[in-house]
Amino acid sequence: MDDGKISSEQVRHVARLARLQLDDVEVEALRGQLDAILGYVAALDAVDVTALLPSFHAIPILSPLREDVATPGLTRERALAAAPASDGEGFAVPKVLEGA
Amino acid sequence: MARAYETVIGLEVHAQLKTATKLFCGCPTDYGAAPNTQVCPVCLGLPGALPVPNERAMELAAIAGLALGCDVRSESRFDRKNYFYPDLSKGYQISQFEHPLNLGGHLTFLVGDQEKTVGLTRIHVEEDAAKNLHGAGGGAATVVDFNRGGTPLIEIVSEPDLRSAVEAEAYLRKLRDVLMFLGVNDGNLEEGSFRCDANVSVRPVGQEEFGTRTEIKNINSFKFVRQAIDYEVSRQVGVLESGGRVVQETRGWNDVTGKTFSQRSKEDAHDYRYFPDPDLPPIVFGAERIEALRKAAPKLPEQLRAEWTSEWGLTPYDAEVLTGHPAIAAYFGEVAGALDAGGREPRAEAGKRAANFIQAEVLRDVKTSGLDATFSVPAADVAELLSRVQAGTLTGKQGKQVFSEMASSGEGAEAVIARLGVQAPISDTGALEGDIRAIIAANPAQHEQYKAGKTKVLGFFVGQVMRVTKGAADPATVNALLERLLQE
Repeated sequence: MDDGKISSEQVRHVARLARLQLDDVEVEALRGQLDAILGYVAALDAVDVTALLPSFHAIPILSPLREDVATPGLTRERALAAAPASDGEGFAVPKVLEGA
Repeated sequence: MARAYETVIGLEVHAQLKTATKLFCGCPTDYGAAPNTQVCPVCLGLPGALPVPNERAMELAAIAGLALGCDVRSESRFDRKNYFYPDLSKGYQISQFEHPLNLGGHLTFLVGDQEKTVGLTRIHVEEDAAKNLHGAGGGAATVVDFNRGGTPLIEIVSEPDLRSAVEAEAYLRKLRDVLMFLGVNDGNLEEGSFRCDANVSVRPVGQEEFGTRTEIKNINSFKFVRQAIDYEVSRQVGVLESGGRVVQETRGWNDVTGKTFSQRSKEDAHDYRYFPDPDLPPIVFGAERIEALRKAAPKLPEQLRAEWTSEWGLTPYDAEVLTGHPAIAAYFGEVAGALDAGGREPRAEAGKRAANFIQAEVLRDVKTSGLDATFSVPAADVAELLSRVQAGTLTGKQGKQVFSEMASSGEGAEAVIARLGVQAPISDTGALEGDIRAIIAANPAQHEQYKAGKTKVLGFFVGQVMRVTKGAADPATVNALLERLLQE
């Protein structure tokens, strides 16, 4: 944050990326809340971290790796069981337009 | 056109890693299975499912990086690339953004007879998306098949070093060749295991800064890459020449109309909000591990060609033909290696013998599909057959006959030789001399003609000898003997 304040436009941008529809009242409410959250995190700005490497994970462990051997998955029936819509073979979704 | 323009191209290739299972779960990656039969909670993005990286996928990606001159990082990480699309179950794709496995690198290839080197920006590992099946199913317009979702890919990002569609095609062909010889990718464009996005821009010749680029997505044939780039270049030049501006956007390629078309413009350009995937701690490959992978990596076509022309008696042309496909190269390697191990002739002779026979007899029946190839006769059987020719127990001609019978019957050399009653060639001059003297004595007229200078009748005598010996005489021995005895 440049000035430590979230703008309404930033809230709308993030909301659009998250596919959230917000009215003006909600945008203002969330703007205040996001400001408060980020302001809280901004307390860390006071710490001198110039000598520290960034940490990407909470605990310093390495990833386990998996052998390239097939393991049983789900049957198609089970995979599709919770789908809002299916044609028996796949997950049915609203038509995706890819232009032509 | 009024001004001359220079084309600038950078390519992003998505190559499927040749693993048995997906990148973060144990579901098989077999192509062509019935929809949604190779899925599990991880690749369906069900709540609570946790990804575990496939070790082989990371190794294959490192092997590709080593072969392409990348800086293979001992520590790499995965990030989340966030966007919504029905083919993305989790709402994000797991990819490598900040800390890719391979940085830098380069690829050298021939454009016509000119060598060209293109820089690589990075090679990172990521999971593939699922497949949208359009128009399938009763009523629903789009149906998603998650079999492909989570398949391991490497994305090979080039620098904007390519200057024409022809160069782009040559780069892609060479890259595919390298990945196939490494066993990293099956090179199957039709099945989508090697596909390409092209970033294309034009600028007036002499201008330093790049023009505005467009990205052509998911082109799946070499021909279409060339056509799509050529179309896009002329479109952009047309826009600039008519006083317009090229819009930065994503474009698709329609191979029916032969045109690119706008898919997404910059206004809704994606903001992917990458961040480190908290489910995936860093992956570490130590220096020793990377060195071991380097040592174990299969040889590339140019390495094989250099060895085969310098040590194994092959012409550059032979070497080019025999490195046309990894399975053909392996076949030649096995046959030539076996003949050389027999120690009957110098390595260069054994190599040339194997190369000639494979090119003349074996290659016409080879069928390749991706990394697989089917041969009518296994390499070990051809090696066995040729070792008999090498030893002189079969003539070259008999060898070809036996091979053709092996190919059609599926039997080994020994069985065919026994069944057809193929006689070992008689190369014993003592045994042949009597027969030849008798034949000369029985044909005094032809003998006189020969002595009078009509040396063409030699062929008549060779034929007579072959008839008498039922084709079993060694041709070289017969020729030498006839030439000597006919002078008498």
